[in-house]
Amino acid sequence: MQQYSGFGLFKHSLSHHENWQRVWRNPIPKSHYDVVIVGGGGHGLATAYYLAKNHGITNIAVVEKGYLGGGNTARNTTIVRSNYLWDEAAQLYEHALKLWEGLAQELNYNLMFSQRGVLNLGHTLQDMRDIERRVNANRLNGIDSEVLNTEQVQQLVPILDCSKNTRYPILGASWQPRGGTARHDAVAWGYARAANALGVDLLQQTEVIGMRTQDGVISGVETNRGFISANKVACVTAGNSSVLANMVGLQLPLESHPLQAMVSEPLKPILDTVVMSNHVHGYISQSDKGDLVIGAGIDSYLGYGQRGSLNVLEHTAAAIIEMFPIFSRVRINRTWGGIVDTCPDACPIISKTPIKGLYFNCGWGTGGFKATPGSGHVFAHTIAHDNPHPLAKPFSLDRFISGQLIDEHGAAGVAH
Amino acid sequence: MLQIHCPYCQEYREEEEFSYAGQAHIERPSEPESLTDQEWAQYLFFRKNPRGLHHEMWYHIHGCKQFFNVCRHTVTYQIISSYKIGDRPELEQSKAVDKESINAN
Repeated sequence: MQQYSGFGLFKHSLSHHENWQRVWRNPIPKSHYDVVIVGGGGHGLATAYYLAKNHGITNIAVVEKGYLGGGNTARNTTIVRSNYLWDEAAQLYEHALKLWEGLAQELNYNLMFSQRGVLNLGHTLQDMRDIERRVNANRLNGIDSEVLNTEQVQQLVPILDCSKNTRYPILGASWQPRGGTARHDAVAWGYARAANALGVDLLQQTEVIGMRTQDGVISGVETNRGFISANKVACVTAGNSSVLANMVGLQLPLESHPLQAMVSEPLKPILDTVVMSNHVHGYISQSDKGDLVIGAGIDSYLGYGQRGSLNVLEHTAAAIIEMFPIFSRVRINRTWGGIVDTCPDACPIISKTPIKGLYFNCGWGTGGFKATPGSGHVFAHTIAHDNPHPLAKPFSLDRFISGQLIDEHGAAGVAH
Repeated sequence: MLQIHCPYCQEYREEEEFSYAGQAHIERPSEPESLTDQEWAQYLFFRKNPRGLHHEMWYHIHGCKQFFNVCRHTVTYQIISSYKIGDRPELEQSKAVDKESINAN
């Protein structure tokens, strides 16, 4: 694999950048793989990369019906943080955040990972009590987290309306300095390039239309390019996880909803951190290009259409203007939707299934992007050892039967 | 935005008047104490979540405050029918219709 560097950039400029190596191969599917990963988004590609790198399994195919990183990886609002309430979730997301911190160097790919800090605002006394509880829980788990008062919030974000005359006055916030944003596409591309270099076949335009099992053991996937046999099949397909599970007669505790987001026209730098509010229901950051990246909650109804209703976007915009009156004249450039698979407890499922050799990593709902490296890392371990990684163990499918749910609605909320 | 026909008001109203209330036709177990954990989990958490036709409940929260059922396609979002609680759906889930509409999308 060609290493990227400043010197390389200079060298290639001498030949007008016409001789760059292709970032990954476009191979013809083999008839058999040790592991087939269904879904070529960030989580799937990360899984392939860690399987090859940490577990020595390189006969892997990543099967993607569209193009790599074209689903929710391309549609999220790129926020990374780990300030979750419960130990299980906090440790999983913190594991991911620690991987993020060295990832660009490891993958030799510029992920534009920017630890600009994440603010979660509180607007009521109850909000502030919840924030204090969550910050204390975070600190016990070794996660950087602080409670800020209104003055400190105002100092961090001068353009935020912290006056007392607003409908929902800002009483304070939780602050995670190590949180931030990353370039979403680059994460998929970086993992794809690194996995490809380790021998993983990335099969784009290859849609899984069925799965074969024999005596309760998975034997491969039917695709639009023919049958591919596999010892293990790992599904990382977010909103379409229920559809895949149905192919083998499984039902999952998931509901797929549209989640919308939007970006404004590019502006000069004005907001150098991430601001989220569960209470007025919106969150915002500014990309390196200058666009304001804005999001909020899901559309309430089930939907696979990658679009939602306009009234949801209207509420989101109203929430942002409530917090940032200065943005009232900013024009919105684009809006879009992705399909998120939500779990009853707002936590993911990283699990074996009743079918031997079939694994699911799904249910990340509205907050999967931040977990991409950690999710791939623990899922690869789970697949390689046919036994859950210690961090993934609490997130098994069994928890819905045993009742050991990990209720992260408070820390997940709107805030992704 | 969805235009939803409320079978009680007998009118099409905008989605904002309603609130979504999940999968329809889930029967509460008549003898919950005799259920296994698996069956109880099935009742509480596991849902059809189909890519295709879906029977779901809506609540006319800013209107007549009645719950009713809607049959809607989850890819095209097209509403096929809406009917009162206790009525049978006009169109049962049909795979042929499903496939056709998905391809059209």
